[in-house]
Amino acid sequence: MKLTLRVWRQQNSDADGAMSTYEVDGISADMSFLEMLDTLNEELIVKGEDPVAFDHDCREGICGACSLVINGDAHGPERTTTCQLHMRSFEDGDTIDVEPWRAAAFPVIKDLVVDRSAFDRIIQSGGYISAPTGSAPEAHATPVPKPDADFAFEHAECIGCGACVAACPNGSAMLFTSAKVNHLNVLPQGAPERETRVLDMVTQMDAEGFGGCTLTGECATACPKGIPLPSIAAMNKEWLRATRKARR
Amino acid sequence: MALATRTDRRPSLPRTVWDSTVGKKTVMAVSGLIMLLYLVAHMIGNLKIFFGPGDFNHYAHWLRTLGAPVMRWEWTLWVVRVGLVAAVVAHAVSAYQLSRRDIRARPSKYVHNKPRASYATRTMRWGGIILGLFIVWHILDLTTGTVHPGGYEHLHPYQNVIDTFSTWYGNVIYITAVVALGFHVRHGFWSAAQTLGVGNATRDRALKTCANGLALLLTAGFASVPIGVMTGVVS
Ligand code: HEM
Ligand code: SF4
Ligand code: FES
Repeated sequence: MKLTLRVWRQQNSDADGAMSTYEVDGISADMSFLEMLDTLNEELIVKGEDPVAFDHDCREGICGACSLVINGDAHGPERTTTCQLHMRSFEDGDTIDVEPWRAAAFPVIKDLVVDRSAFDRIIQSGGYISAPTGSAPEAHATPVPKPDADFAFEHAECIGCGACVAACPNGSAMLFTSAKVNHLNVLPQGAPERETRVLDMVTQMDAEGFGGCTLTGECATACPKGIPLPSIAAMNKEWLRATRKARR
Repeated sequence: MALATRTDRRPSLPRTVWDSTVGKKTVMAVSGLIMLLYLVAHMIGNLKIFFGPGDFNHYAHWLRTLGAPVMRWEWTLWVVRVGLVAAVVAHAVSAYQLSRRDIRARPSKYVHNKPRASYATRTMRWGGIILGLFIVWHILDLTTGTVHPGGYEHLHPYQNVIDTFSTWYGNVIYITAVVALGFHVRHGFWSAAQTLGVGNATRDRALKTCANGLALLLTAGFASVPIGVMTGVVS
């Protein structure tokens, strides 16, 4: 396959960026999108140019590091992570636009790499449980009803990639935050911090400069892990409950 | 002396609600639902126009005697008016603050732009502004008579309504506003359910059907009055 790429290039967080056009040839349909970018970078390095910076780690769809907006879609046209997107989703001769996640809370560091530490700070504010460390407790000591376990699991799938923020017209982190809150709040292990967790995580989310939710639903469409839109309503319910129950 | 183990007091409930995006959205949902409840009653009241001037004008009179003998002439009406103004102000101020925040949170656009992403949000913002302006016009027209075409007569709403809808611009303004209302309620009712934590996957269809039904009912009900006057059914 022969492709034309229009890639966002930006020297650093203070510099102005712009789209640069590159041609790549000899792309196989079985390559992943990141392998295609590796090919481009090898050519750039040979030519003595600065390679395109992009985030990646596991390349198997589980770490949440990869983050590209491809033709206006976070993680591209398929519902998966960028690393699991294959070039067979494109046609020979296509022009592909590659941009970084766009949100005030995710400033660009270089090219396609953005700073997602705002997510870490949301997790630090409440995305944990107070369990004793040491040997693992006996698994049957704390019964969890099957529907609750399923609900927790569905939300535990969030890999913290930030595609939801990138896709949202308001740069809102409600889907991510709701996934983390719901995952822990439904479990008995998460019960001691049930109220403080949701209040503190929402406060931190707001403090990071993410926008509010207008229930547009773009986040759930973009999410590679299928975190559903009603998760936001479930978190709102937890938040409203916590405002009534929290000790002041 | 005891050690200060509790140094981090949480802010009060109103502070928590108003300072949070989730809380402000709750204010929007509750004020929106209050207005919605009022609009359903208002729409049903309007339909009385099809039963003639006697019925309609008597209804207007009755509204002012609501709650008697505890409440005096127009007291209840004023309570409702104050409540509605509070709801409109709370709704509009929250909408303004949240919208500003949302726009700031996404300062740079994608070069490869997909317009579908902001359809609902844009309709809500522009629709809301249209409704806000309409509320002002509507009060100046049929409550105070300031911009009313023809001789506005207090407590003779039947004739006042006919005068309003005998002008082309009266029809255009009111019909545009009730169509905007339909779109606003369509996304708003469903949104409010999500904001208040009532929405979930199993209820989603029911809530969407409800929102569409309510929107259609309100738009059709309100629009029937100008259409009735235009077609001569009401004269
Ligand atoms: C002053 C005029 C108005 C303005 C500026 C306004 C603006 C807005 C905005 C910007 C939203 C948020 C939309 C979103 O989530 O994207 C909204 C939601 C809503 N509006 Fe209005 N609106 C107005 C009047 C009304 C009226 C007359 C009603 C009564 C039917 C209403 C009912 C609602 C409801 C129920 C919501 C949903 C709240 C939520 O999302 O939880 N609004 N409005
Ligand atoms: S909710 Fe989905 S899109 Fe958002 S961070 Fe988690 S996995 Fe990524
Ligand atoms: S690189 Fe780990 S999810 Fe894509």
